[in-house]
Parts: sequence; structure tokens; C-alpha cells
Amino acid sequence: MNMVDVKEVSKTYKQGKVAVHALAGVSLSIAKGEFCALAGPSGSGKTTLLNLIGGLDTPTQGKIFLDNDEITGLSQSRLASIRLNKIGFIFQSYNIIPVLSARENVEYVMLMQGVPARERSERARAVLDDVGLAGMHDRRPAELSGGQQQRVAVARAIVSNPAIVLADEPTANLDSQTGQGLLEMMARMNEERNVTFIFSTHDRMVMDFAHRIIRLKDGLVAHEQIK
Amino acid sequence: MEILMAWRNVWRNPRRTILTILAIAFACLVLIFMLSVQVGTYEVMINASVKTRTGHIQVIKKGYNKDHKIRQVVSDPESIAKILDQTPHVTAHTFRANAFALLSSDLRTCAGLITGVDPERESKISNIVHTMRKGRFLKPSDTNTAVLGALLAKNLKVNVGDEVVALGSAMDGSVAATVLKVAGIFSSGMDDYDRSAIQIPLPHFQEVFYMENAVHEVVVTCDSLWHVSRVKESLAAALHPKPPAEPTGQDADQGLVCLSWDELTPGLIQSIQMDLGGGLIFYAILLVMVAFSIMNTFVMAVFERTRELGTLLAIGAGPGRLSKMLVLESAFLTLWGITLGILAGCVLTFWFQHTGIPLGGAEGMLKQYGIPGLIRPRLTLATALSGPALVFIITTLTALYPALKVRRLTPVDAMRAV
Ligand SMILES: Nc1ncnc2c1ncn2[C@@H]1O[C@H](COP(=O)(O)OP(=O)(O)OP(=O)(O)O)[C@@H](O)[C@H]1O
Ligand SMILES: [Mg+2]
Repeated sequence: MNMVDVKEVSKTYKQGKVAVHALAGVSLSIAKGEFCALAGPSGSGKTTLLNLIGGLDTPTQGKIFLDNDEITGLSQSRLASIRLNKIGFIFQSYNIIPVLSARENVEYVMLMQGVPARERSERARAVLDDVGLAGMHDRRPAELSGGQQQRVAVARAIVSNPAIVLADEPTANLDSQTGQGLLEMMARMNEERNVTFIFSTHDRMVMDFAHRIIRLKDGLVAHEQIK
Repeated sequence: MEILMAWRNVWRNPRRTILTILAIAFACLVLIFMLSVQVGTYEVMINASVKTRTGHIQVIKKGYNKDHKIRQVVSDPESIAKILDQTPHVTAHTFRANAFALLSSDLRTCAGLITGVDPERESKISNIVHTMRKGRFLKPSDTNTAVLGALLAKNLKVNVGDEVVALGSAMDGSVAATVLKVAGIFSSGMDDYDRSAIQIPLPHFQEVFYMENAVHEVVVTCDSLWHVSRVKESLAAALHPKPPAEPTGQDADQGLVCLSWDELTPGLIQSIQMDLGGGLIFYAILLVMVAFSIMNTFVMAVFERTRELGTLLAIGAGPGRLSKMLVLESAFLTLWGITLGILAGCVLTFWFQHTGIPLGGAEGMLKQYGIPGLIRPRLTLATALSGPALVFIITTLTALYPALKVRRLTPVDAMRAV
């Protein structure tokens, strides 16, 4: 059963009179529980593809299915609710909300989903402990290191048991040791919770963690490798 | 949680927040204070005019205020006085009669307005008594005695103790003439009044001008400006149910009208309206400045957080949630500012309402003219709340702009922003 189906998707950005073909007809499928890397040189379309799968942007052509439901052509508010309930995002620059503590950041997603308060706080505590932030639940982002902030982002992404977690270069701003720790943790979440992960990266070390590597080049799938 | 986030967001930039709150508070304070000063000043102006000239209300023959014809009289003033004695909020009343006359001293002749007044009752209503420059005011025992305006005295070149001959036409059309002895000279501060006014005891006036018991004006003062319209209504009601006198009564109390100070001196209301208009321009400028300062705060708050708002959108927050958060943020600032402003404005205004604002060097002169040397702002519910209400409306409208703008934000664009 496929978690993600991308069918003949292209994305063209218009910059003035120049059209940039960020994606030029990409097709791929990702099964449930995969731990999958998107590789490729800068400008190859990794971010664009992740944004399309995550419903943050809409393709110029082609169709995308998430959990067998087509998400292309949905309204902004339907997409927002799909993002809230089915997708977890982790970004390169730890995009967590600076005015909320680690626990509040994690709880906020559940609050928007309508999870009752007690369950929220229990689940938030559990997942923060799980990503290795025991004892730091009440710290604000400014009081956490980059690696710790990215762990909060992972906790926020997986706490609502999404169908899929999309991570755009999650380790790019971390030193290799911290990055490795984060990836090990993500791999563990993938195994223990059976969460599907797709992440993009330039980094060889990061690719080594993946069970499957999809290489993009000039907006096309150039090479696939399954371990 | 949105409330919590909004609250924390507000304090992310404490300096900007405090400045914005102070700007809002300052605008409220200035509006409250200025409006109260204006209202207080108008009260002083109105009172000065009311005290020297018109009184709060006059009962006159219809049309007399436009054209002072000597025949347009109130023929039975005592009956009106009886009504007034029983009307609440009336503090005093008196009768006056007026006639234009030629005034001659030994050296000069000029035209003037002779007013017959009841010395005792007049002193309770008019502050001419308190603006005597030389000599004394009229006494009940006086007969052919007069007090006159300083400018008139100067024109006639007369002084206390001198004689003035008055020549006019009486009510029946015959010639009215009398010799008056100057007992005092007053200076009301209103030049055109001081240039023409001469006052004599009413009984002597009625005798000279063949008025019998008739007068021209029944002058009424009330305990407060705010009660004038009420008194006027009840007085008019008491006057008019009387069926018009039968033809036998000739020109009895037919066609009497009851006019308030603003109808008697339309010029005063006009100048108040002009002053208010000038104030409005100032207030508008103030409000625009406040609006810009708030606009700046709110636009900056959205602009510098675009990435963060993008993240919120990406993780599934609807635009409504973001708008709500931004509206809450602006509500915090606005309510704090307005509360602070109302408190400070009321305290300041109240303080000056007690101590008064001295008018500087002009004080002594003004006192002589019967205008108090202090202006006291008058804090009322209207002056305390109308300014802040305006500020509230303006800030709310201003804050709505970024809150609505955020609805057009798409997550990808927002997160690409620096
Ligand atoms: N909003 C946009 N407007 C115009 N062009 C864009 C936009 N976003 C991406 N592009 C272009 O699309 C192409 C693919 O961009 P994308 O960000 O997907 O690459 P990437 O593989 O993520 O690169 P990197 O490794 O540097 O993050 C690039 O040529 C980029 O210039
Ligand atoms: Mg990228």
C-alpha cells in the first residue's frame, strides 16, 4: 500500500518572462513505513517536491495522492486540514515557535486538532522524552541548542501520528555529530512508531541512514537506490 | 493558547510595545484634557455673556430680540415672576426695559441704550455690579441716577457726579426726557456694550418712558447651564396654555416667547462652533499620527514574523487562527493604552478642574471684566469617553489591516521570506 503517489508531476515557476522548470514530470511511489532520502544537487527540485507532497504548494501538472486520496486541486483550507492531520513537517532552520516552550510547541498541534488538554500534555511529555529532551520540556527555543530545537521539531511532527513526515534538509544546520544523533533518533521513530519519513539532503552521511535514496537532477528522477 | 501566544508576542519587543501603548494613552489623555478645557472655556464664555447681558432665559414679546421696539412689551411681568418663583432650578429673575436715547453731557452728545433695571434683583443676576470701575452701582432708593459703561463715559467726557441728559421717545410716541446723575462707571469687558450702555432704576425708566408696569425682558438665571432647556420648556408650557387674551385686553400677554441664551446671542454659539471646528482639525491630526504609529507597530509585527507565520500555516494553522492571534495582540495594546490614557487623562483633568489653569498676565484684567482668571476644564462623561472611543475605533481599524493581510499569505511564500 502506497503512502505517497506522485504521478507525472511538473512544477514551473514563472520569474518575470523566464519559466523555471523546477520539476519536469516526476513519478514515484513511497510505501508506508519507508525511510527515504531525496538527494541531488542544489536546484534539482528537492524542496519543490517535498512542498508539493506536503500540500504547501500545488503542481503545475500531474497528480499527487496521499494515503490514496488525491490532494491536487484541493482548496487552501482542505489542504490546511490535511497538513494538520496527516503530515508532519521538519524544516532546515528549526522552525519552532519562539514564544512557546518545547512542550507548548508540541501541544499546539494537538490543540488545533482538538485533542483534550490532559491527553495533550501526557502525549507531549511522552514524545519529548522519546526524542531525548527529558528535563527540557519547559525551555523556550532560545534556551535550546540547534540540535535540541530540531528534536522539538521532530517531536512536533510525529506527535499527532501523521501519515508521513517530510523533512527538508533537517541536518543542514547541525554539526555532523548532532546531525547523526538526530538521524538515529528519527530512524528509531521510524522503526518504533512506523512513521513514514521522506527527507532531502546533500549529505552522504545522511543518505547512508536511508533505506532508499531517490536522486533528482534537473527536476527529474535520475537514479534510485534501494538498500 | 492563542491568548498566551499573543501576550508573549506583544512582549517580544517591549520597547516598541511600551511606546505604542504610550502613544495610544497620550492621544487619549490629550483628547480628554483638550475637550474638557474647551467645554470649560465655553462655559466661562457663556457664563460671562449670560451674566453681563442676557441671563440664561428671557421672556419677551415675540420679535423683540431682533428689533428692540419700545412698544413690544411684556405688560404683566409680575404674573411671570410668580411662575418663576415656583419653577425648579431658577436661581434668580429680574425685569428690564430698554430704550434708545440721545445722551448729552455738557460737552458731547451721543446715542446710547438706556436700560431700566431693578437694582436689588439685578445685582443677583448681572455681574455689572462687580465690574464697577468708579463710584457705585444703583441702589433701590435711587431715582434719576445712572451707571454707565466706561467707553460711553469717556465719549461723553463725564465722571461720577456729573449730569447726563437723556432724550428719547416714550411708549406712546411722546418725547421722553430726563436728567440723570452719574453714580458709577462700569467696564464689562465687552466693548460694544460698554460703549453704549447706561442703566437707571426701572421705576424711573417706566415713569420717563410712560411704560406703566410693563417691561421688555423678564431675565432668568438657572443653577446650571445644563438645566436651561428644562427650565425653558416648563416655563414655555406655563406661559402658553393660557388662552390668548380676548380683543378687549388689547395687547395683553399675547405673543410672549421664551428664549434661551443661545437664541439671544447667536454670535456666541457661532464662535463656539468655530472654535470646536478648529479643535477638530487638531484632533484629526493627532488621530492620524496615532494611527500611523500603531500601523507601524502592527505591520512590523507581521513583517518580521512572516517566516514564523508561514511555519504556523505549514503545520496546519488556518489563516483565521493567525488573524485571531494578531487581533488579540493589537487588542492588548489598544486596551492597555486606552485604559492608561483614560486614567491619566481623568486624573490630570480632574486636578486642573480643581486648581484651574491660570491665564497668566491677563488674569487681573480678566477679573475686572468679570471673567475668572482661571480656566477650569470640565470633566464630563462625554469629554472623558468620546476621545478614547475615537482612538479605539481608529486603532481597531488600523490593526485590522495586517490581520486581514495575513489571510493572503501562502505558507511557501511566507517561509521563503527572510
Ligand atoms: N518560488 C520560486 N520562484 C522561482 N523559482 C523557484 C522558486 N522556488 C524554487 N525555484 C527554482 O526551482 C528550482 C528548484 O528549486 P528547489 O528549491 O526545489 O531546489 P532544491 O533541490 O531544494 O535546492 P537546494 O538543495 O539548494 O535546497 C531552482 O532552480 C529554483 O531556482
Ligand atoms: Mg531545498
